Amino acid sequence: MKDKFIKAQQEKLTLGAIDRRQFMTSAIAAGIAIPTALSLASDAIAATPKKGGKFRMGLGHGSTTDTLDSGTSENHFTLVNGYTFGNHLTEINNEGKLVGELAETFESDDGKTWVFNLRKGVEFHNGKTMTSEDVLASYEHHMGEKSTSAAKGSLSPVRSIKADGKYKVIMELDSPDTDFPYIVSDYHISIRPAGDMTSGVGTGGYIVQSFEPGVKSVLKRNPNYWKEGAAHFDEVELLSIVDPNARQTALISGEIDAMDRVDLKTINLMKRNPNINIMQATGTAHYTFPMRLNVDPFGDYDLRMALKWAVDRQELVDKILLGYGAVGNDIPIGTANYFHNSDLPQREFDADKAAFHYKKSGHSGKIQLSAADAAFAGAVDAAQLMANSAKKAGIDIEVIREPNDGYWSNVWNNDAKGWCACYWGGRPAETMMFSAAYVAESKWNDTMWKTTDSAVKFNQLVKDARKELDESKKRDILYECQRLIYDDGGLLCPLFNSYVSANSKKIAHGKIAANWDSDGAKCVERWWFA
Amino acid sequence: MLPGDFGQAILGQAALPETVAAFRQELGLDKPAYIRYFDWALGAIQGDLGTSFSGRNASGADRSAEVVDKIAPRLWNTLFLASMAALIAVPLSLILGILTALYRNSFFDRSVNTATLTTISFPEFFVAYILILFFASLNQIFPSLANVDPDTNFGERIYRTALPAFTLTLVIVAHMMRMTRAAIINLLASPYIQMAKLSGASQTEIILKHALPNAWAPIATVIAFNLAYLVVGVVVVEVVFVYPGVGQLMVDAVRTRDIPVVQGCALIFAVTYILLNLIADIIGIVTNPRLLHPK
Repeated sequence: MKDKFIKAQQEKLTLGAIDRRQFMTSAIAAGIAIPTALSLASDAIAATPKKGGKFRMGLGHGSTTDTLDSGTSENHFTLVNGYTFGNHLTEINNEGKLVGELAETFESDDGKTWVFNLRKGVEFHNGKTMTSEDVLASYEHHMGEKSTSAAKGSLSPVRSIKADGKYKVIMELDSPDTDFPYIVSDYHISIRPAGDMTSGVGTGGYIVQSFEPGVKSVLKRNPNYWKEGAAHFDEVELLSIVDPNARQTALISGEIDAMDRVDLKTINLMKRNPNINIMQATGTAHYTFPMRLNVDPFGDYDLRMALKWAVDRQELVDKILLGYGAVGNDIPIGTANYFHNSDLPQREFDADKAAFHYKKSGHSGKIQLSAADAAFAGAVDAAQLMANSAKKAGIDIEVIREPNDGYWSNVWNNDAKGWCACYWGGRPAETMMFSAAYVAESKWNDTMWKTTDSAVKFNQLVKDARKELDESKKRDILYECQRLIYDDGGLLCPLFNSYVSANSKKIAHGKIAANWDSDGAKCVERWWFA
Repeated sequence: MLPGDFGQAILGQAALPETVAAFRQELGLDKPAYIRYFDWALGAIQGDLGTSFSGRNASGADRSAEVVDKIAPRLWNTLFLASMAALIAVPLSLILGILTALYRNSFFDRSVNTATLTTISFPEFFVAYILILFFASLNQIFPSLANVDPDTNFGERIYRTALPAFTLTLVIVAHMMRMTRAAIINLLASPYIQMAKLSGASQTEIILKHALPNAWAPIATVIAFNLAYLVVGVVVVEVVFVYPGVGQLMVDAVRTRDIPVVQGCALIFAVTYILLNLIADIIGIVTNPRLLHPK
């Protein structure tokens, strides 16, 4: 019993679910002497990576339309594959911290001019040495006039990009943005050799041997990989296994070593298998129900407030996410974000408050809520649950089931529908999330929260935050930004979903990153066989 | 009509009106449907199925694949699986059909009928999961993933596709077996069989020599129908076993509105269907020349 408990705690420690201190407290509480507990803790943390083996992973995404061009990478398969053979100027490490990758260091005095000092002696898989010429060519691929790269939008603030010698790249922005180095860690902006952006030659820890879209990607270790303590497997096979049952059977029968997107309905059966570890990471991904302020009746502050109080968030976590997630607090920033405003009181279901605001708004009649499972799995059910809880506050929500096809064009972010279901993967930096969907000039501003006093103030504050180099001042500004959305915004964000994955107990790893599924989508270079 | 188009499907949440419009213009989706159809049909007659929509969306570089190149390797996989299933299922159902006709209404007849009707009654994914449970999960005899690639050697290929082939066999045997049995039993009531019986021929002789030759036409039709199904209708089995066949390609193409690929698949499916039925008719006429002469 005790052994089992300690073992479970050790696993949590390696996963980063608890820290060393929490581990020690629980170990001592379980009656273990301090020196023993200390050594147990270091065992769990200091599991040293071993080289070798063939790593096979089953991924729930992948389509016959996939390519090796990072600019059009659009699903988790291409994301994991891209991070396996390619590197970026910066990366988010497993602690959630931004560090240099192909840029050894990066700096800016004013937030407007950014200098990236490239790592020397990095070789592409084709033997070419990586220099500023390749970085420029890679950025041109995403920023060029004709580019339809998905990163074009996020790189639009870059006014000019130039090389200063072979190992220095200088980027000039239109306006200051102290979070710009986060943008260049984006999985779309992979650094490839000049003249070859699409064949899958990168600087990463693994070399692509063969790639069949929608089927698999076969890679082998790059013997000249520059990064230390990374890329431990000899060979890698990434398989696209879209059917969840097929993925789980493959893991149970040992045909793959790891899988993403465990089917929550059968997770308890998986847990019983002694050879399998279930991992859960709550990151920045969240489910939202944006209300458009320019569509009646959502322009009314009290009506928005009434709806925000009328949702039973815990019920949604329990029934839609089956407990694998966290309640949202109507801000698009999660606890995984560095500047998450934890001072804001958590909104819960409150029929009285909802009824009070609803009465004050003077609205009567049905409020239409559009949903389709294209937004997120269970969106229609979530909308129904919301309608049920709102009924207790005397609010009548009519759920409209929309077709999945064309949902993102015809329903979401469309003035024809005032309120609908939506999904956001979240962003590592707060200002990036705000720029994506909450500042006035964003094309994806799905709440159209632009003209109220609070919104005007918010837009100014986001600009200030981008300029701010001082951390504590930046924190104050970003806290205020979140408070404004929380109070006045059109965002109803009830859920932060967890990434739930499973792997064989043969696999070992350090702390798991939460910025993307599969250890920040970098599991292939981070994990090893125990 | 199918809502949405390639631009909207591939860009998803990131779709902006201008990028979608750019896609439409580049792919010629702004032209009226009938013009696009005749363009395609004209090409198809000359053996050109066009190029896939996917892969065009990067810095103006056109890396889109020819529809033929996308379909060919997967069609080969599909045909391989279909032939394997057919090689097991057709002889098995013919033998079972003849035996059940021979020993009709016996315990053997009833149990074979019950068993095959049971397997055809369940949806294919259920049969597939049951086979996976017993032969891949509980007893690891066969792999649950049939992920073959062009480098997989022949033996390995057969081993990997065993479970999907068994699944398909279980799904189609009943139809062919019952038809064989019914066609033969039907003939057993005819006067010439009575004659054969009276002249002292054994039961086996009657069925193999006298009844079967006349029963080939309906049996061939049913076999053709099931073979066509094996080529065009096995998407579910492909998904469950992660087999890279042409069904999955068509489903992906429909999802992303990659119309040239959808049209190419539809054309191939239609051709398969017509060819197999034609062969069945030819077999019918060859085995029963009377059909050539109208009464």
